[in-house]
Amino acid sequence: MGHTLIEKIVMRNTGEPSVSPGEIKTVKVDRVMIHDIFIPFVVDKFREMGFQKVWDQDKVVLIYDHLVPTSAVEDVRHFKIGDAFVKEQGLKHFHRADGICHQLMPEMGYAKPGNIVFGTDSHTTTYGCVCCFSSGIGYTEMAAVLGTGEMWIRVPETIKVVINGKLPKGVYAKDIILRLIGDLRADGATYKVLEFSGSTVEEMSVSSRMTISNMAIEAGAKAALFAPDEKTCAYSGVKMEDVDWLYADEDASYCQVMEYRAEEMAAVLACPSQVDNIHNVSEMAGTKLDQVFIGSCTNGRLEDLSVAAKILKGKKVAPFVKLIVTPASRSIYQEAVKEGYIRILAEAGAIVTHPGCGLCCGRACGILTDGERVLATNNRNFLGRMGTSKVEIFLGSPATAAASAAAGYITVPEQE
Amino acid sequence: MTQFTGKVWLLGDDIDTDIIIPTEYLALPGVEDMKKYAFSPLREELAGQIGQGDIIVAGKNFGCGSSREQAPEIIKQLGVRCVIAKSFARIFFRNAINNGLLLIESGGLRDDVAEGDVITVTMGEKIQAGGKDYPITPLPENLMDILNAGGLVKAMQARNGV
Repeated sequence: MGHTLIEKIVMRNTGEPSVSPGEIKTVKVDRVMIHDIFIPFVVDKFREMGFQKVWDQDKVVLIYDHLVPTSAVEDVRHFKIGDAFVKEQGLKHFHRADGICHQLMPEMGYAKPGNIVFGTDSHTTTYGCVCCFSSGIGYTEMAAVLGTGEMWIRVPETIKVVINGKLPKGVYAKDIILRLIGDLRADGATYKVLEFSGSTVEEMSVSSRMTISNMAIEAGAKAALFAPDEKTCAYSGVKMEDVDWLYADEDASYCQVMEYRAEEMAAVLACPSQVDNIHNVSEMAGTKLDQVFIGSCTNGRLEDLSVAAKILKGKKVAPFVKLIVTPASRSIYQEAVKEGYIRILAEAGAIVTHPGCGLCCGRACGILTDGERVLATNNRNFLGRMGTSKVEIFLGSPATAAASAAAGYITVPEQE
Repeated sequence: MTQFTGKVWLLGDDIDTDIIIPTEYLALPGVEDMKKYAFSPLREELAGQIGQGDIIVAGKNFGCGSSREQAPEIIKQLGVRCVIAKSFARIFFRNAINNGLLLIESGGLRDDVAEGDVITVTMGEKIQAGGKDYPITPLPENLMDILNAGGLVKAMQARNGV
């Protein structure tokens, strides 16, 4: 019997010749990521457990992003505790204002193909874009990993998602993952791994794959994997021969197979206030908006800003609508400046903010109030996520967001 | 055999961790400060009404969304004896066990009980409600070890001889 991608990663890690779904295994962790909002809790638990030193100074990454820049006086405490922990433990990798954790982990090469990585944030599934088995854990569990370098996992079952064909104009990776979440529902992949394949996926950039793996958690998935190819290797700085073991066998066993034709996909929205409440953008067209947000670890990359800039070039954001644009990392910000995207967006009337989690996690940079409506490119539209619980949040692609910002109401992006 | 009885608070499907504790309160110094805001986007008054030994009964995918561990910690701090749901989201499930909060999966109970009902749980065996029995599947051994140690912190303290 063959093996799925996740089984291959676990086998490689544990040195076992075969593993099967349902088995409990202890894995050696290749890297961990801790983000600012949970640092004080991790440090407290680490000490309470009686640990003195982290298991490997090179394998721990601290990233400040949810609270950057600070929006409340008490936020500073998180940085002080983080800075002190970096110094005390001699940690080698930390980022104080370089971007969103899930962008930086693959971008900086901390999460590579075949690795096993855990992070304190639920969107840690993102690193599956480079075929890294990565998943979110709580701060108590993180404290235990910091001390031991190990973690128990249950080998998950895999859902195979095959997408073939060419996407219509105006339809993007974001529309694919939203559609999939709508079909699976919010709990359809709980405890399971999503494994993506097919010609549409092969054609995609690593950035687009990142959008998909990022949102896999919204269907409950433990991980979302794309087998590595040349694009992956170029992105992660590894050689193809280093990852030649990392493919799914033809006779691997899947608990479910889902097949899609890219040509049948349409621009969609997750409507208030569940991520699996999916409707075609055309059904919602004309709905008036107060704000539009383009950014986050889901859709704050260069290709996203490029799409938005192309749509907004020479146009203006509609009166009374605020367009907030947040690049996912400092390097993306700098690239977007170089490419002229930031100038185009600023001239269109966008508020361009520093890379960070701000609005997506409802802490800063554009929070909304009762009765307001926002179309956003991030990953959650839960009650109260971006302000009060009476804010309506629609999730869509950067193209849908940009077209809607110019119109002032929900608009289907141009299909040319 | 452990047996306990408690009053039911009824919640729906997909209760996410932003509902259990919204992000805006996460930078408060501790869960004691946060707990009065529990469930506030959904039912503002609920945190004040839940009493010691009460039981939350919910639908599917309880605890989905953000990894915030304050979610199970706060539920425990509110005095909740256990959460019974049709199913739990993965990260919440691990976090709850690691914090010593008992979770029970039961497919049938949610649709049969009403808020305020008093139900009885016999660990690893069954739930009794309205004269009917609902069987429970026991948790895997490695999880029971963590629960029995009183959570992951205590288990690690034992490992480190603290």
